[in-house]
Amino acid sequence: MRVSLAQFLAAVAALVVLIGLVLAACTPSHPQSTFDASGPVAGMERNVFYWIFWAAVFVFVTVGGVLVYTFVRFRNGEGIPRQVHGNRRLEIAWTLAPAVVLAVVAVPMLLTLFRVSSPPAGEVAVNVKVVAHQWWWEVQYPDLDIVTANELHIPVGRVVDVTLTSNDVIHSFWVPKLGGKIDVIPTRTTSIWLKADKSGTYFGQCAEFCGISHGNMRFRVIAKPQAEFDAWAEAQRGPAAQVTGEAERGAQLFVAKGCLACHTIRGTLAMGKIGPDLTHVGGRTTIAAGLLDNTPEDLARWLRDPPEVKPGANMPNLKLSGEEVSALVAYLQALK
Amino acid sequence: MQQTWVGGHQVPHPETATGLDHRKVLMWVFLGSECMFFGSLIATYLVYAGRSVVGPFPKEILDIPVTSVSTFVLLTSSLMMVLALAAISRGDVRGFRVWLLATALMGATFLGFQVFEFNHFVHQGLTPRTNLFGTTFFTLTGFHGAHVTVGVVWLLSLVGLSFRKGHVTQENSLKVELAGLYWHFVDIVWIVIFTLVYLIGVTTG
Amino acid sequence: MATIVQALRRPTSYTGWWSWVTTVDHKRIGILYGATAIIFLLLGGLEALIMRIQLARPDQTVVSPEVFNQLFTMHGTTMIFLAIMPLNAALFNFLVPLMIGAGDVAFPRLNAFSYWAFLGGGIILNLSWLLGGAPNAGWFGYANLTGTAFNPGHGIDWWVLGLQVLGIASLASAFNFIVTIINMRAPGMTLMRMPVFAWMTLVTSFIMIFAFPVITVALVELMFDRFLGTNFFVPSAGGDPLLWQHLFWIFGHPEVYILVLPPMGIISEVLPTFSRKPLFGYPVVVFSGIAIGFMGFGVWSHHMFTVGLGPVANSVFAITTMAIAIPTGVKIFNWIATMWGGSLNTKTALLFAVGFIFTFMMGGISGVMHSMASSDYQQQDTYFVVAHIHYVLFGGSLLALFAGAYYWFPKITGRLLHEGLGRLHFWLTIVALNVTFFPMHFLGLDGMPRRIYTYDPSMGWDLWNMVATIGAFMLAVSVLVFVFNLVTSLRRGERAGNDPWDGRTLEWTVPSPPPAHNFDTIPVVRSRDAFWEEKHRRAIAPVAGGSGRMDPGEEGGYRPGHDPRHSTIHMPSPSYLPVVVALGIVLAAYGLVYHLALAAVGGAIAVAGLYGWYMEPASEPEDTGQ
Repeated sequence: MRVSLAQFLAAVAALVVLIGLVLAACTPSHPQSTFDASGPVAGMERNVFYWIFWAAVFVFVTVGGVLVYTFVRFRNGEGIPRQVHGNRRLEIAWTLAPAVVLAVVAVPMLLTLFRVSSPPAGEVAVNVKVVAHQWWWEVQYPDLDIVTANELHIPVGRVVDVTLTSNDVIHSFWVPKLGGKIDVIPTRTTSIWLKADKSGTYFGQCAEFCGISHGNMRFRVIAKPQAEFDAWAEAQRGPAAQVTGEAERGAQLFVAKGCLACHTIRGTLAMGKIGPDLTHVGGRTTIAAGLLDNTPEDLARWLRDPPEVKPGANMPNLKLSGEEVSALVAYLQALK
Repeated sequence: MQQTWVGGHQVPHPETATGLDHRKVLMWVFLGSECMFFGSLIATYLVYAGRSVVGPFPKEILDIPVTSVSTFVLLTSSLMMVLALAAISRGDVRGFRVWLLATALMGATFLGFQVFEFNHFVHQGLTPRTNLFGTTFFTLTGFHGAHVTVGVVWLLSLVGLSFRKGHVTQENSLKVELAGLYWHFVDIVWIVIFTLVYLIGVTTG
Repeated sequence: MATIVQALRRPTSYTGWWSWVTTVDHKRIGILYGATAIIFLLLGGLEALIMRIQLARPDQTVVSPEVFNQLFTMHGTTMIFLAIMPLNAALFNFLVPLMIGAGDVAFPRLNAFSYWAFLGGGIILNLSWLLGGAPNAGWFGYANLTGTAFNPGHGIDWWVLGLQVLGIASLASAFNFIVTIINMRAPGMTLMRMPVFAWMTLVTSFIMIFAFPVITVALVELMFDRFLGTNFFVPSAGGDPLLWQHLFWIFGHPEVYILVLPPMGIISEVLPTFSRKPLFGYPVVVFSGIAIGFMGFGVWSHHMFTVGLGPVANSVFAITTMAIAIPTGVKIFNWIATMWGGSLNTKTALLFAVGFIFTFMMGGISGVMHSMASSDYQQQDTYFVVAHIHYVLFGGSLLALFAGAYYWFPKITGRLLHEGLGRLHFWLTIVALNVTFFPMHFLGLDGMPRRIYTYDPSMGWDLWNMVATIGAFMLAVSVLVFVFNLVTSLRRGERAGNDPWDGRTLEWTVPSPPPAHNFDTIPVVRSRDAFWEEKHRRAIAPVAGGSGRMDPGEEGGYRPGHDPRHSTIHMPSPSYLPVVVALGIVLAAYGLVYHLALAAVGGAIAVAGLYGWYMEPASEPEDTGQ
């Protein structure tokens, strides 16, 4: 059976439609979709992807089409065919053709590579220093004198320069909607720049395998208008809130149970450096490196047995009683 | 048809496509692989040169005059090796024994210097655990020393085997040639190590 | 010690299970490699299935995160080092001497040693499940997560030691095949007349001897850090975790070509035979393979685009990586041109070969996507990469190995694999492969990192994870169909005869299965595709000086013997010593973990075995049947 040209073209058209459907399958509404680029870095990288993607579709459909056509046309042939050993012109042609395609796609790739590698000169509005720990993110604003964890607040529409290092093993910092990833390596400092085009919460996650809770090392970038950012920074700079009632009992437990050995709450005795700074923990949206919402119920669950929520976590199960848990929850929730 | 002796037994050996003995091709290929092995060790040493957090540092501890002597001994042993091969190739088993023994002794002398040097460094407070210099220095020179040790054992075995009839003769001087290829390679590696670690190392580290 | 070893009588039996332990016959060693590799393939597949169950839905707790980490580490390590590499080695062993017209490999006992050391390395790796936990740092084991500070258990020790033993096995085998191919080609078998599979074996062996020493050094450094307390990868002492990455990938990227060049060789054998045409552009295909081998050493940092080497270094490695697509593309074009105008004999082997081109092309194209450093910042370490490596290693290497299995099974066993089951196997595999791995592209682009043991329902990854899991189970069924086909055809398959496919190369001139000595008389080769040319000479065009038969001797080729059973070519005699040496090395490895006395015993056994080996003749004079 010979396949007519029309049938063949129909098959190719079907393939292209299929690829279109497949693209639609990557719905940008997903929280970590690289298609829903919300900043210039992610946008440029996505454009390079589209560029190479369509080149790839072109090559795949062309070569795959010829392959299928060849197979269908010459299948079940009879007898000994003409013995062809090669053709010099063809060899030269199909050595040059991929070289040309590659040279074409290389241009936008290289231009983007240099553009995303360092922030636009003179536009950096905020400097952030990120220190990765097994399995959470310490976030410092050296110019603003702020230390927080697992949440990176940035002003919308402004360039943020992030420098990163690791306290233990290699991690990788990745907020797909704002930009590609950068590895976080002990003994080294790496950097990346981000800019969010619109307000909102952007999800991020560690992308380099870093041990037992690698899958639990999440974080968020929260972009807000400059005024709100300034207000947030002002509040963060202050010492911890004064507390009363059940929360005050929680504050005493925080000392009595030894929490202060690992955590800092500025304005109190707690000056530990091992775990996240909790001075304003009540104001964060999540706890346990983005694993749980910062609700009283989830916080209580975390305090009852941290390694159950985040396997391998350094924070031990302190075997707290129900009352102790609720007092600590009241205290931590009050630290807005 | 060539004849090959394996462990004193005479076995027929088919001709090869290149005319070279299988074992000779094997040795060349093996040495090619060894280049990558020492290349990686040397690369590690160079990457970490000058990056030790604490001392002792190379220029405080490396003794160029003493190591120059041991280097000279090792390089001279290559000459002895050439003479040993020349002797067996013309059927002079006695001369072969003398020269090969001299080669092995010089190799052993080099090892003696290395043992002395390692011992001295440990007393000076440099162990493989001390700093990156200790870690990379002992690993690199240690692996080279291990290669020299294997070489010395090989050479001494050849001397020993030459007392058993038919084991080391003019006809199968290839056995000596193979050991020689290995020995010269190990020497060349030392020239690189001596240059990079000692001569250049003390000026930069 | 040595005298004890020598005192053991040399094995003489050529039958019974013990003869398989002492065999030095390259064909039997090939079968041992193949059978062992299939068992490891099933094991690695089982590990994959457990991971797919865990990931099928969000927030599952089928396995603990620690076990999950061990599963993906062992899955990758097993599939690369214990399944695909030894499946390639199985074909090197069985076929290369037959293809080049040799009686055996250059060093038969070294060849047996390679197999036993490989088995030992595989056992060291897999027994770790029972000895306190498997390795858990991923198949490329990035420092400093592998240091004792973060990984105090023995898992990483087993990983290091297992890989070291496997490295010794691979190096020994690579040395052997280089010497065999350079030195043992039959008269007239010039390099440019060699079958492409033999060529790719040669290129792969050269890659191995240059790449494996680098991983050996990296593993030695890690081993010293763990056992002796050195500082190679200890950040507090200034040790740089990136050194591991450089050393690992200088080995690791050539390793990809170690896995995929032999399969390309298989395709270059299958397509001409089943198209009844010579390979289109033979010299170009051969040189493309050589070029890939060379260029493979210059691209390693594309695995490190996100470590912050800077845009200049990334540009260089992006361009060298893209350049590899050119020789790869040239191969694909020549394969298609080989089929063009042919009389395609659409047997299962050809179906798998065509399937290989298709899926390997997808893996190759997603590879070019990764080479685009600035979009790779988004894809690095995501499921997009997982999809890519599986298109290359399953869609590429394994499909080609299946093609090779259907093609050469009759030569190995004397019986054909069942064609109907073969077609079922093919279609199931092609569909399941794409159902499993294609959705992983979406997952990666939707932000799913690799190596996470679970994910949140809000991420929107549930659908494609479920689809991939369903595909994985279909894939498991397809592999079982293949194993069923192997087992049943072994006993009940149709008899094959010498040359069931109208083959082109020398292995089809000998009986199936071939006799122990391979060739009654060493053939004389007068052209590429020698056997086919001689069979069909009259049908195509007269060639001056052709005899029309593969029988040498008439034209001055040497004939080492007259009666093959009493050939003066000595067949190498069986030997215990390769097993003894391999056993010594494995014991020494266990000793390094448990007790240095055991290590000393193991070392002594290995040294004694080597001494006995040196003193033992390759073939016993009394063993020649005179």
